[in-house]
Amino acid sequence: MKLLRTLTLMFAAVVVLGGLAWAEFRFPMPEFESGYEYPEMHTPPPGRTNDLWDVVLLTCALGLAAWFVLKRRSRPAVLGLTVCSLAYFGFWREGCVCPVGSIQNVAEGVLGLEVVSIAVVCFFLLPLVFALFFGRVFCAAVCPLGALQEVVAVRPVILPRAVDGVLGIVPYLYLGLTILAVATGSGYLICQYDPFVGFFRFGASLNMFLAGGVLLVTGLFIGRPYCRFLCPYGVLLGWMSRFSKWHASITPRECIQCRLCEEACPYGAINVPTPDKAPLTAKEGARKLGVILALAPVIVALGACTGLLSHTMLARIHPTVQLAQRIAGEEAGRYQGMTIESEAFRAGVQTKEELYAEAHAVRADFKWKSAVFGGFLGLVLAAMLASLSMAGRRDDYETDRQACVSCARCFPYCPVEKDEGAVAEQKT
Amino acid sequence: MSAGNTIRRRDFMRAAAALGVGGALWKAAAPAAGATVWQIDPQKCVQCGRCATECVLSPSAVKCVHSYQICGYCDLCGGYLQPSARERDTGAENELCPVSAITRTFIEDPFFQYTIDEALCVGCGKCVKGCALFGNGSLYLQVKQDLCVHCNECAIAKACPGDAYRRIPAEQAYLLKARPAGGSGQE
Ligand code: SF4
Ligand code: SF4
Ligand code: SF4
Ligand code: SF4
Repeated sequence: MKLLRTLTLMFAAVVVLGGLAWAEFRFPMPEFESGYEYPEMHTPPPGRTNDLWDVVLLTCALGLAAWFVLKRRSRPAVLGLTVCSLAYFGFWREGCVCPVGSIQNVAEGVLGLEVVSIAVVCFFLLPLVFALFFGRVFCAAVCPLGALQEVVAVRPVILPRAVDGVLGIVPYLYLGLTILAVATGSGYLICQYDPFVGFFRFGASLNMFLAGGVLLVTGLFIGRPYCRFLCPYGVLLGWMSRFSKWHASITPRECIQCRLCEEACPYGAINVPTPDKAPLTAKEGARKLGVILALAPVIVALGACTGLLSHTMLARIHPTVQLAQRIAGEEAGRYQGMTIESEAFRAGVQTKEELYAEAHAVRADFKWKSAVFGGFLGLVLAAMLASLSMAGRRDDYETDRQACVSCARCFPYCPVEKDEGAVAEQKT
Repeated sequence: MSAGNTIRRRDFMRAAAALGVGGALWKAAAPAAGATVWQIDPQKCVQCGRCATECVLSPSAVKCVHSYQICGYCDLCGGYLQPSARERDTGAENELCPVSAITRTFIEDPFFQYTIDEALCVGCGKCVKGCALFGNGSLYLQVKQDLCVHCNECAIAKACPGDAYRRIPAEQAYLLKARPAGGSGQE
């Protein structure tokens, strides 16, 4: 069915293009008498695209990372792999397509807007599956964006928990916006605002270089700012990691509460013991859960309403809406001169009315999609409230499974069993 | 129920969840084997000049190509000469191309062949504009796939005012203009 549609489309394109091309000729094509032959056009095939070879390498890198973190428990090994990933997935493959950006391709595929290649779907799924079993080993040593920040985090300070928590909402917002943009055909936000891809390619717009530079300098003191406060893929990985079978643990054996690791994590991912807190009784837990379950629909509904109300604002991320606003503004004399876009529009065949109608349709399309986006944020908020209030007592220093990127920085801080044959068995 | 049983059940749930979610996504995304590449639809390009400046590569992966088959081989080439050029000679001051990437070769009276030196071309589209305005439109811009690094979202596509960029299958990586004999305008 899809094939048939594509073929029909292609045929239509050929006919239309052919017709147009025909209409365009002002001069007759010469009849050569000297036996002249047309030179070949130089149309070299693509160099490497994202092929399955990269999928194999990604799998190997993930496997190695899991082994280094969970079995070898070796920070140097993890760091070594990080540097290799940075070199290969970052500088050699020039950062495209990475699992972070693949969210958009997969979303497009799921919504039936674009055909995705197998390699890209593998890129999306593999780190998630690994996270479900071994924690965020992708972040630890494979992700090129994470790797770049990992190697620059030399003087990290520890942020107050509250700041961490509040800023931690931004990735959810970004994830929601990204999907909204894909669903409405407004482009790939993650790629447009990828702060580091410019470094990988030694080329980007000045603004993106500035943004990347600022993030990297921030990264000297605040560990992995992109990962913690922006990355939308980190959200998905965090969810998986939360339920992971194995996970990096600070200590190879029993925690002896020596507090040596307390300040070890630059990413705010070590949960400190809360021995004074009374353990959550079953009855109390049930009551709290009840309250939250009752509240959740209200919060979601509020979010959805807010989304719906702001749909015209959100629609401004769509290029057609931007253009329509520009044209309307020019007509009303609010702008001086033309942009390249408005100039191209005026040179084209589309009329103003058609453009406005199109922009109007886009806005209408944003309506319920924005509501879903708002509802999603409401759901996230409710879930955060739930996990905050339901937290029970903790006796040991533990990694926060959702936030921990398994970088292994905290391992050397633990005095328990420094000697050979450290065991990675995780207590469950 | 023993702890061991609970753990085994959890493992089972985890594996089932992984399989379920992964499989559902796979099914829904319906991935196809072939990769796609970005290409310019020459009919939509308005020669704005952004191809030269917006590409993540510098110089840009976009270059001018020449469909000889539809070229008029004109002496007075709109893509080669400045509209104001007084002389039809090859003096650089008369050339449209800012980097002198086009060479003009005499073929036979009165025809001249125009050849793009890809190593020099910066993809600014000045010649394309000239050729579209005064000629047959045989000069046009294409993403040279051997140079392109295949960004997930092409930076020029985002900035293109003509909405001329789209993804096409990597096996058929160019949108070429050809002589429309028998209704086929595309190779
Ligand atoms: S949080 Fe995102 S950017 Fe950071 S390492 Fe993980 S996937 Fe990469
Ligand atoms: S950005 Fe678009 S309109 Fe401008 S020169 Fe390139 S293809 Fe043509
Ligand atoms: S005018 Fe611009 S596009 Fe044409 S050959 Fe010269 S550099 Fe290339
Ligand atoms: S995909 Fe990237 S490298 Fe290729 S033309 Fe577009 S911006 Fe340039």
